[in-house]
Amino acid sequence: MRHFLQIDGLSTEDLNHILDTTESFTSVDDRAVKKVPLLRGKTIVNLFFEPSTRTLTTFELAAKRLSADVLNINIATSATTKGESLLDTLFNLQAMNTDMFIVRHPESGAAEFMSNYVDSHVSVINAGDGRHAHPTQAMLDMFTIRKHYNDFSKLSVAIVGDILHSRVARSQIEALNLLGTKEIRVIAPRTLLPANVEQLGVEVFQNCKKGLRNVDVVIMLRLQKERMQGGFIPSEREYFQLYGLTPERLDIAKPGAIVMHPGPINRGVEISSEVADGPQSVILQQVEYGIAVRMAILSIAMSSDKDEPSN
Amino acid sequence: MTELNVQQLLKDLANDLDSYLTEHNINDPVFIGIQTGGVWVAKQLQSLLNNKQKLGVLDITFYRDDFSRAGIQPTVKPSKLPLGVNDKHIILVDDVLHTGRTVRAALNEIFDYGRPASVILVVLVQRNDSELPIQANVVASKLTLDVTQHIKLSGPDPLELKIIDQKN
Repeated sequence: MRHFLQIDGLSTEDLNHILDTTESFTSVDDRAVKKVPLLRGKTIVNLFFEPSTRTLTTFELAAKRLSADVLNINIATSATTKGESLLDTLFNLQAMNTDMFIVRHPESGAAEFMSNYVDSHVSVINAGDGRHAHPTQAMLDMFTIRKHYNDFSKLSVAIVGDILHSRVARSQIEALNLLGTKEIRVIAPRTLLPANVEQLGVEVFQNCKKGLRNVDVVIMLRLQKERMQGGFIPSEREYFQLYGLTPERLDIAKPGAIVMHPGPINRGVEISSEVADGPQSVILQQVEYGIAVRMAILSIAMSSDKDEPSN
Repeated sequence: MTELNVQQLLKDLANDLDSYLTEHNINDPVFIGIQTGGVWVAKQLQSLLNNKQKLGVLDITFYRDDFSRAGIQPTVKPSKLPLGVNDKHIILVDDVLHTGRTVRAALNEIFDYGRPASVILVVLVQRNDSELPIQANVVASKLTLDVTQHIKLSGPDPLELKIIDQKN
């Protein structure tokens, strides 16, 4: 698995391998010296064309904990502003003997596009492309769920919010299906649901009261305003009235159900502060696990069979 | 398949280690076992020598030299060195010393934690075909085996040391 572009196309065994490997890497964080030499001497470039707090920093930390050399390319001050194309950026950075690119881009398909052009020994990791996929986020979400519940086949999971524009939702649904989740529900107004969304293997609800009943996991999504062109909801206040996760709505789920969110959260829009900061929220745990998950994925990608560069 | 008398080897090892420590005037050594066999052996040694100190545990998976070939094996246990290593005399314990690569990895990992006063390598069995210039300081049994033969310590209870011939 030299590239990690999307969940679609992976097997259940692949996902479990990543999750099991992640378990090993959680122990690195407990060491006094939080570093292991696995990727020593490797060069990893973070190429983020969209803003990020969590994903960028956890990838950077993951790579550094594996002893790799990390370059964070600041696109805003790069030659992209002088008109340099994506491919030229790629080839120029690759000429510096880069071993791996971690890419976030507003166009769906950008990561795969790049993977078709890199040298045979270089890995491309998708950190989120357009609305298409955010596979590492899905993996850390699965790891978080697995930490709380052993058996996906007994779980009922609800994903609430802007499904239409969410690459996270798509990757999560694929991963949940591959792991044999009993029930996957999406809850959203009709305007924020993709056409034929049932085909993804989910049950559709437009009503929170019905959709959240007895679920074990509630995943809240932010309104992806940066991807919206046109009016999808009357106002954020109305959205919160109907779909925001308040303590009362959370009570509809099973007692002790966990609340997840990929972040960043917009308090008072999709989730109330009381819930986000409450005892059932595992939002910050997700961030912590994100480092170990990304360490696992970077290691697996770097160690896959590949041709040595011919110098 | 040959079974060795592991309990006798452990007793011999403990005695030899005791003599070694006395000879070298080492009073407060710190035991570190290499997962998994080395940890079992270290626990037995501590018990035989009446040493009640906390045992350090090293999983060298992240320091192996064959990572890019063998990839990641998921079942890595954490490394924990509760007594630290700085200025300590470390008794590094493993079950079998063969190529020496495991010990090389363990030494690298120990030195990432600090600077020991000394490292004393203690193994149950040292066999032929070493690939690095690494020797045990204290060893219960030195064996010469064919390339198809394989020594394995299984445990932890009961501990059994067997020579298996892969030709069979």
